[in-house]
Amino acid sequence: MTALPEKTHVVKEFAHTSPLIACRFDPSGRYVFASAEDGTVRRWEMGTSKTGALAGHESWVFALALHPVGEVIITGGGDGQLIWWPASAEEPKPLRRIAAHQGWVRAVAVSPDGSIVASCGNDRVIRLWSFAEGTPLLELAGHEKPVYRLLFTPSGRTLISADLRGLVIEWDYRPGKEARRLDAGKLYQYNGGQGVDYGGVRDISLSRDLKYLACGGLIEASNPLGAVSNPAVVIFDWQTGQETRLLRPREDIKGVVWGLRFHPAGFLIAASGGTAGGFLWFWKPDQVNEFFKLVLPNTARHLDLHPDGDRIATAHHDGKLRVSLMAP
Amino acid sequence: MGLGLASGFSGMVQPAVSAELERRQRQVLLVWLAGGASQLETWDPKPRTDTGGPFRAIETSVPGVRISELLPLTAKQMHRMALVRCVNTKEDDHGKGYYLMHTGRREAPGQEYPHLGSLSAKYLTSEQNPLPGYIHIQPGGGGLSGHEAAFLGPKYGSLVLGNGLAPANTVRAGSLGDAGASEREALRHHLNDRFARRRRTAETDAYTTTYEQALQLMERRHVFDVTKEPARDLDRYGTHDFGRHCLLARRLLESGVTFVKVTHSNYDTHNENFDFHLEQVGELDQSFSALLDDLARSGRLQHTLVIIMSEFGRTPRINQLYGRDHWSAAWSIALAGAGIKPGVVVGRTNANGTAVADGQVHSGHLFHTYLHALGLDPSDTFEANGRAIQVADPSASPIKELLG
Repeated sequence: MTALPEKTHVVKEFAHTSPLIACRFDPSGRYVFASAEDGTVRRWEMGTSKTGALAGHESWVFALALHPVGEVIITGGGDGQLIWWPASAEEPKPLRRIAAHQGWVRAVAVSPDGSIVASCGNDRVIRLWSFAEGTPLLELAGHEKPVYRLLFTPSGRTLISADLRGLVIEWDYRPGKEARRLDAGKLYQYNGGQGVDYGGVRDISLSRDLKYLACGGLIEASNPLGAVSNPAVVIFDWQTGQETRLLRPREDIKGVVWGLRFHPAGFLIAASGGTAGGFLWFWKPDQVNEFFKLVLPNTARHLDLHPDGDRIATAHHDGKLRVSLMAP
Repeated sequence: MGLGLASGFSGMVQPAVSAELERRQRQVLLVWLAGGASQLETWDPKPRTDTGGPFRAIETSVPGVRISELLPLTAKQMHRMALVRCVNTKEDDHGKGYYLMHTGRREAPGQEYPHLGSLSAKYLTSEQNPLPGYIHIQPGGGGLSGHEAAFLGPKYGSLVLGNGLAPANTVRAGSLGDAGASEREALRHHLNDRFARRRRTAETDAYTTTYEQALQLMERRHVFDVTKEPARDLDRYGTHDFGRHCLLARRLLESGVTFVKVTHSNYDTHNENFDFHLEQVGELDQSFSALLDDLARSGRLQHTLVIIMSEFGRTPRINQLYGRDHWSAAWSIALAGAGIKPGVVVGRTNANGTAVADGQVHSGHLFHTYLHALGLDPSDTFEANGRAIQVADPSASPIKELLG
């Protein structure tokens, strides 16, 4: 089916009793997973709405990553742990636990060939692990602020990381070296009056044709403690590393881009949340303002794109996992 | 005195401890967490509850007492501290909460009460002490804040060191030599005395005091220069502003300043409470634990009352922005030092922190407790505008479990 983003509407809701944080489809598209403020990860079967729960962290789960063949989900929590789980088991129990980081794990990614797991967090380092054995392989140090996001490039040769200060590093990770740095510092500010760091790269996505890297977050944070900021996306030409565009809403709508995905057709989908509520944004990477937006019933905290390219999952504070369809 | 005030309070120092006070000067360190720090991310964590948030609780040096994992260094100092986990101040407004926590009373039309710092400056500071009795280190601007002294008179207000910098204009102009400075000072005294004989007021007293303090400060400007502290201490306290300010607080206490307040800003985390507390409490933990440890090791903690507080706590409920809002119904403060029993936890909140379950106290109880710990009698009275006013709210009493 050809996605029709201008026709996007909510088609399904899965409900949980606790606010949701992050969400992820499995590679087959059979399941959608969402972490919640009660420390669990919920699993819903898309077709039947049958539920499951992954309970094992001593804190909130901020990071979800699925192995490419979909049999294992790896979760990363505020307890610094990585946990391997059987993704489709009737009652999932941890297969492996790793004390991976000091403080929160913020992101987990699995390499395209499924052999390597990468994790990052508040301790400012990136660690690589053997997927099969769970053994440590390498540590990458270079960020000076908490590292928020990780993404393997499709070739699997390099890994992209992004942090609170807006620093983006592409790592040639097998020798453990930085390949290059990009600056998304527009998404960061230090507010001297309030004495706080704020912003950062809240999500990243590479376009399927490797032409663009998108970094989502916020700009114009006049009052970080009061959530006065505007959602924004910095677009880089991935080949040259040059920033090409700053995407922002046409209207003055407050919030933060918490999740974004390039669609295979080349447009960008972002979810924002904040004082103005929840939105899905649809941008073309070479145009500043959106070509469509969908107002969601509740503030959005993350999103993922279904493997079929037609459905979008969004995680919400009201405990709902909403599925939106890009079709009439 | 001018303004129709006749501040009395002469009997305030309890006879039983006055001898002790003569031998050893009581001091106060107030760490003010501006904006309202979250009790759940500091002194009263509720992990794995619907209100607990993502942080865990950790053991401390007092068996059975657990605090937020954001305070690992402070946890090692808990045997020197006491926690009050049952504060209900019923005041969710920043300004009113600030006043309440500094004075132990609610704001009332037509009546201002002195802040604890001003009381300390007046009643614990020797007249011979060349330094101000009340110094406040804060981010932002500096100057003098006389209104905090209320009817005690503006000279007991705070000297505010903006950004931890020495008071402005405390370097004598290079063109003025010693002889010229002495002659100028003699002329000022002469004119001042003549004026005071006819029109003396609290303001003229404050002016005179301020001027003389300024001269003394000029001679002691080095007291404010934190760069004179060893580099290893600068590292230990933290290279951030709060670290530098805490090290300056140590330097001021060691120099004999009676009341030192350090403000750490900002905890008003309606948005992204957890990320902001991660950063702010991380700074607090490093700097405060180093300062408390130094006070203890030097022996100074025995006669220094340490208070960590805010204008209120933060809501157990986590809002849609990952924030916590204003909450005064069930929150915590921490104490240490002079007159405070170490290792004590007073009161408790319910399972998810939404209400005080045992031992509820308000700011009046806390204020009584501070005064007792400092050897001052909360039941003594001021005379202000012809009225006798009890020093601390007469409806409250000290928290006996905290007092040694």
